[in-house]
Amino acid sequence: MTEVREPETATTSELILFEKRSRRVAAVAFVRGAALLPVIGVLLIIGALASPVFFSVGNLAGVGQQASALGMVVIGESLIIMIGGMDLSLESTFGLAPMVSAWLMVPVAAFGAGTLWGWVPGLLVLLGVGATVGLINGVAIVKFRLNGFIWTLAMTIILYGVMTGITTGQTLPDEPAAWSYLGSAYWGQIPVSLVFTVLVFIGVGLFLRYHRWGRDIYAVGGNRAAARAAGIRVDRIRIGVYVAGSVLAAIGGLMEAGRVLAVASTQGYEEGIIFNVFAASVIGGVSLKGGRGGMLGAGLGVILLALVQNVLDLGNVNNYWIDAIDGAVILFALIMSRVIGGEAAAD
Amino acid sequence: MSADHPVIEAIGVSKRFASTQALLNVDTALRAGRCLGLVGRNGAGKSTLVSILCGLRAPDTGEVRFDGEPAPPLADLGAWRQRISTVFQHSMVVPQLTVAENIFLGERPGRRGFVNWRSMRAQARRVLREWDFNVDPDVECGTLTVEQRQIVEIAGALVRGTRILMLDEPTAALERDGVRRLFDRVRSLVAGGVAVLYISHHLEEVFEICQDVVVLRDGEVVLTAPTPTLTDDQLVSAMVGDIEAPVAARAASPAARRNRKALSEELLVASDIVAKSTRGSLLGASLTVHAGERVGLTGLLGAGVATLGRVVVGAHEYQSGSVRFDGKLLPPGRPDAGLAAGIGYIPEDRWLEGFVGLLGISENMTMSIAPRLSGRLGFLTPSKRTAAARPLAKELSLVSRGLNQEVDQLSGGNQQKVTVARALASGPKLIVAITPTRGVDVASKELLLGALAEITRSTGASLLLASDEFDDLQICDRVIVLVRGQVFTEFTEPPYDSEELIAATEGLVPVGSK
Repeated sequence: MTEVREPETATTSELILFEKRSRRVAAVAFVRGAALLPVIGVLLIIGALASPVFFSVGNLAGVGQQASALGMVVIGESLIIMIGGMDLSLESTFGLAPMVSAWLMVPVAAFGAGTLWGWVPGLLVLLGVGATVGLINGVAIVKFRLNGFIWTLAMTIILYGVMTGITTGQTLPDEPAAWSYLGSAYWGQIPVSLVFTVLVFIGVGLFLRYHRWGRDIYAVGGNRAAARAAGIRVDRIRIGVYVAGSVLAAIGGLMEAGRVLAVASTQGYEEGIIFNVFAASVIGGVSLKGGRGGMLGAGLGVILLALVQNVLDLGNVNNYWIDAIDGAVILFALIMSRVIGGEAAAD
Repeated sequence: MSADHPVIEAIGVSKRFASTQALLNVDTALRAGRCLGLVGRNGAGKSTLVSILCGLRAPDTGEVRFDGEPAPPLADLGAWRQRISTVFQHSMVVPQLTVAENIFLGERPGRRGFVNWRSMRAQARRVLREWDFNVDPDVECGTLTVEQRQIVEIAGALVRGTRILMLDEPTAALERDGVRRLFDRVRSLVAGGVAVLYISHHLEEVFEICQDVVVLRDGEVVLTAPTPTLTDDQLVSAMVGDIEAPVAARAASPAARRNRKALSEELLVASDIVAKSTRGSLLGASLTVHAGERVGLTGLLGAGVATLGRVVVGAHEYQSGSVRFDGKLLPPGRPDAGLAAGIGYIPEDRWLEGFVGLLGISENMTMSIAPRLSGRLGFLTPSKRTAAARPLAKELSLVSRGLNQEVDQLSGGNQQKVTVARALASGPKLIVAITPTRGVDVASKELLLGALAEITRSTGASLLLASDEFDDLQICDRVIVLVRGQVFTEFTEPPYDSEELIAATEGLVPVGSK
């Protein structure tokens, strides 16, 4: 027999040493989250070469304002993906919630219901529509164990149908200025919606890291049975996330409506924003299997998609080719995040 | 082919993962018609060696040879599979396909991609008959028992022409009779000229069916010898090195037990539980645990032992009956309620319920006490979790690269420690442990049982230990035996005799207890 070996034990001082090392692990995780930064850097250079306007404050502010509405939906969808679910109907909630709200506020001449509600009840209705849709989805998927993909696919169409139904497919202008403030106003040269969305990204990111419900989201997404065995109220967390996701989509819809100063019947579903929402989340490292991802990556995913769109617009790319290039860039970004982020990223 | 000519050998194989030297200069060989036992503690490098021998991983240095010839390239997995096959602990059959399809998975008989069903069924039947395997080739594998699935995997290997077979913990999920039949099959395979590598934590199995044994410790071969020349103790000390196994205060003295029982009130009362489960239904089982008492629960695989444990902690719904804890009725199917009342739960299947692999050690350990650790608004810093987890990690001698390391990256024994720590973190009044030592090596097993015994002693917590390992039950004050979903008998005087326990689990009148 060979020499005697030390048994597998660790002293406290060793454990503390290990913790220092594990901070390096955390740093690696950060790099993974930020895997899109080089791609974004390249895009900024291409943008600068493509057009002198690109780096103007006006252009970037416009890009930021446009991306803010999408960003809110991406936060919601990322949370839902992280618990191991998916919600296609966020794009319809993005249109329906502001539409119902506007319908109750604007005069009959602007295709409203004639109730002429003020902006405060209007906003409450907007949030209420979001919460209700999320609750219906959550209960159906979590409590009645219906397939989330098919359920939310059907909900997507139903919610869109309700939206065109109540307004006969019209675009509703003339919302109260206070209602449109979030999506349209500027503080100096900075759009309010951008500030708001960035704060929500940071807030949700901190919540995910430091709040026990935020940690529960990772636990539920990573291993539902283990989370349940550890005493986490799994069903509540899952339904709660569906509700939060829909409310965030409703607020995103409010921003979009504010930005264009009207609620168009095309908002959300007909624009097909859900593809960009999923693309931003997944490129940003949110795993479709659940349990992995974060707000840094998702936020960078949003920025990346917005920059691509902007560069294509400014670069005078032939309109008929924009979609092909747009899709190709998204695939390229996915490959890059895989290369930089390693095996774990982008699955 | 002469008998001592190795059909497969590893020569100077080394493998390193990041900072861990998984294997170092390993030499080993299998011979036709012999069964080689591979033993070692969790993390000793057994799995790595198996993955290299069956062509799933390339060694950093060294090589694998078949009949003295260099092994095929790693990419040509088909060539590997014709030479060597592994039956893993977790079943690899496709449950939706029939037995015949699973046997021929990968290379179905037929031409140009068209499957010749008749030939496939006939060949499957032939190989099953040839080796006297009693399985119908036309049934869906999802309906088979664990034992039958194993047979399907072995048959699949034989049909490919494999004459080298690796069995990774094949008895882990088998009943006693199943184990006996498996041994008969292994013996007939060996007699038929197959070389078998048998990996197991159960040394008595190794002694029973292996002609030779090789011991890995920290990635190195520390012993290779014919089994008849070895004793139990020699094998154990080769595996663990010369550490003293922390047997700790095992069985309590009769006086202490009587005292505990006389003084204490009923902590857990489960009455007339009726629960459906695929792994053993309960048909009116009742159970009482007093404060400070350690109660063992055992029975055959389908007797409902694990089910009763799961019902008590709220992890399993039940149709009728009641669970009363500390005087209060517990709602069925609510692990959170059980936890809040003071029950710590060590689940049977740690991969399924034991931990969240993507999250860190300290987060997993403190998962069930997060509401307590966090402030009024629910905020909780990682450092606070680490501070709470550190004493537990130390107590259980957890080995890791830091308490933020993902639990997925730990060895099996250390993952089990994380699961145990999670149950202990809340300072429970009752610990419910379901087969906590399954798949855990000898020394870690002693450590786990020692820790459970020590914690129940120092905190006065009760223990409900459901296990089919009679060794584990020796720390219990009482052992309850379930037969077909009902309490059959109870043993009250440790040490418990294995033969009597076996007789009782089979539903035979227990000789020893009156």
